Amino acid sequence: MNLLLSARQVSKSFPGVKALAGVQLDLYRGEIHALMGENGAGKSTMIKLITGVYKRDEGSITFDGREIHPKSPKDAEAIGISTVYQEVNLIPTLSIAENVMLGRLPRKWGVIQWRAAREQARRATQRLGLDLDVSRELSGCSIAIQQMIAIARALDVRCELLVLDEPTSSLDAEEVEALFKVLRKLRDDGLAILFVSHFLDQIYALTDRLTVLRNGQFIAESMTADLPRLELLGQMLGRKVEAAQAAHHAPPDERPTAHPKLVEARDLGLRGVVGPVDFTIAPGEVLGLAGLLGSGRTETARMLFGVDPHDTGDLRVSGEPAPLRTPAEAIRRGFAFCSEDRKSEGILPHLSVRENLLFAMQASRGPLRRIPRAEQTRIADHYIAALNIKTPGPETPIRNLSGGNQQKVLLARWLAMQPALIILDEPTRGIDVGAKAEIEKLIASLREKGMAVLFISSELEEVVRVSSRVVVLRDRKKIGELDGSFDENRVLNMIAAPSSSHGDS
Amino acid sequence: MATPDSPGNSRPSLLGSALIWPLLSLAALLLFNLVWQPSFYRLVVQDGHLYGTFVDILNQGSKAMLLSLGMTLVIATGGVDLSVGSVMAIAGALAAVLVVSAGLPFAAALVLCLIAGALLGAWNGVLVTFLRVQPIIATLILMVVGRGIAMLITGGQIVTFETPAFVYFGNGHFLGLPFTVTLVVIVFALTALLTRRTAIGLFIEAAGDNETASRFCGAPVRLVKVLVYSFSGACAALAGLIATSNIKAADSSRVGELMELDAIFAVVVGGTALTGGRFTLLGSIIGALLIQTLTTTMYNLGMPPAIAPVPKAIVIVLACLLQSPAFRKQMTGLFSRRATA
Repeated sequence: MNLLLSARQVSKSFPGVKALAGVQLDLYRGEIHALMGENGAGKSTMIKLITGVYKRDEGSITFDGREIHPKSPKDAEAIGISTVYQEVNLIPTLSIAENVMLGRLPRKWGVIQWRAAREQARRATQRLGLDLDVSRELSGCSIAIQQMIAIARALDVRCELLVLDEPTSSLDAEEVEALFKVLRKLRDDGLAILFVSHFLDQIYALTDRLTVLRNGQFIAESMTADLPRLELLGQMLGRKVEAAQAAHHAPPDERPTAHPKLVEARDLGLRGVVGPVDFTIAPGEVLGLAGLLGSGRTETARMLFGVDPHDTGDLRVSGEPAPLRTPAEAIRRGFAFCSEDRKSEGILPHLSVRENLLFAMQASRGPLRRIPRAEQTRIADHYIAALNIKTPGPETPIRNLSGGNQQKVLLARWLAMQPALIILDEPTRGIDVGAKAEIEKLIASLREKGMAVLFISSELEEVVRVSSRVVVLRDRKKIGELDGSFDENRVLNMIAAPSSSHGDS
Repeated sequence: MATPDSPGNSRPSLLGSALIWPLLSLAALLLFNLVWQPSFYRLVVQDGHLYGTFVDILNQGSKAMLLSLGMTLVIATGGVDLSVGSVMAIAGALAAVLVVSAGLPFAAALVLCLIAGALLGAWNGVLVTFLRVQPIIATLILMVVGRGIAMLITGGQIVTFETPAFVYFGNGHFLGLPFTVTLVVIVFALTALLTRRTAIGLFIEAAGDNETASRFCGAPVRLVKVLVYSFSGACAALAGLIATSNIKAADSSRVGELMELDAIFAVVVGGTALTGGRFTLLGSIIGALLIQTLTTTMYNLGMPPAIAPVPKAIVIVLACLLQSPAFRKQMTGLFSRRATA
């Protein structure tokens, strides 16, 4: 193995934040290297320095022995560094082949050679074990497939270092395994791979070495296999790991069966989208929705909240019929909904943390009864402290916060409403172990206070850990419910049980 | 995502820094006048009224200022209103006919015109929100049709009038200044109060910043949008009455012609982004004044009206570039590089 990329004493500041301070990173040919750290540890900043999105303030980065200063991702690509970001950066209205080949379509006398382009795109996707009609429009593909196509695109250029920022957050287990197989093969071919993921299992399954960052500083570099998980967590969190572990225990099994039901959904469905599903949620209960990608979890949540209102079945809230045709109606019934898509359905990017935090409350009071400014500041300060939101202040625009902290502001937005039911769709997606543990702890405390929670996560382990009951979905229908003592295995068995030959991506 | 995201170009809090660039542009223009035509600064008092180029600018600019107030709110929701010029014509025609043919007192005509303007705006709003027509297309419809409606109202004639109250509306003086100045101050104050003392301003900004998120929070996004277009229509009606009063005649084909562009320029130059979100009313007023000062300056310099749009365009482009943090950064980068070279 020989050294490919070496970063030394790298620093980067943004106004008000020192994102990286004297960080080092070594990447060898033929290794898969994990970059680990909590939200705000500096992982993404580090990646962006390597891939030319940002310019470093200090320090050196050498690539193949030469000092490099990539000025743009394109520049980095020319050096031999390709990147796949967490959020897919493709063009939905173009074909798969065009997306894979964009910017380097083969040409003869200025005319694009479509046949050759498609052929090359097909080879690129087949390399990942995908069998696709590359002339199809990208928008028809699931997010998971799109993610794979983004990787295919990155690999199709002459690339010596492949950077993967959370590539697996929207893939299901089978797709993850397929991706890993490809990554291992690429490693064996001598490629260096920098891998960022919040899934510890994946880190241990895939990577050879890892570098841990915390608060913008280099903490340690180790061989993955030699580093016990608890120690890794300790390095990332910078504290004893008991706290994080404590939250991982299942909630005490004292289901409040005596409580009247808050939500009763019978044969609820939206034609062509989801259903039928039945479930009930009582105050003080966490109902989990489990299922594979595309099984209808999010669709169920949106239906319940009146975003895509149901057209079949019957919905009752506290015993009364409640058709819920709009989010506003659902909110009046005491519902709250944290969408999985933080960026396009959650934050008001240019508005301040305070305005974001109080927006739902203000909306429910109507436009004329403005919440007095002093009261606003008091509530914002309260939640910033209570949820440990890392922000320079309540007046900072929310888009300047890291993903995990944006998520906490959105949670606070709904908690401030003191809802009877809170629907959490992937509240822990793309955020680190520490913030994840905090959010799980928060859910437990809400449950204890008597709030009803509908919890959705693609991490089955998390659903099982957090929920008191689990509704299992497959192919956009409810296929069963687990109560009492259950574990991942039982859920998986249920999903796998009969006629599950069709994937649902 | 695991970064303190790039801190971006957010304007640090409120007015101060957001208004500095349009103000600087305005100051530069005034400085130019100081050097090239000092008469620009002459003010005289006659019959207790103030006269001079400055007063002319305020008076002439009143229409664009009124339009820009409505336009600001529309643009803040991520829309645009191209129909304001035509709504001006309709309101002017309606007022003239009501006062001359129907013999209504001007006050009643004024109220009816405001209602008509608001209804026309609501029509735009309904097209945009309920029928999901792109704002530029939705308001283009009324822009094109509006002058026809105005013609229908006047029967294709230019209706002239001498009604004292109507004539006073666009030509009278109040407290030594043209009455239109008072009108602008009142509408500005009301708009500022309504948007900032209530949560309406927040709802408008949220609707423009992220419509889906705002709907998911239960905010009345559609209502807000319809209201904003109605408000723009009402502002246009007021401006139309001023324009009509100025010439003491309802000229359906000329009143408010191309005014929609001035209003949009004023808003953009003033610092409200066309993509919606944060808005600044004061910025738009300054933007409108900037454009009027420019027009008046060129007029005073004797530039033929036909070529006047060219320098106007240049100044507008410069003012917009000055606003862009990316551009400013590039320029400072350029200069510092030169300095080190």
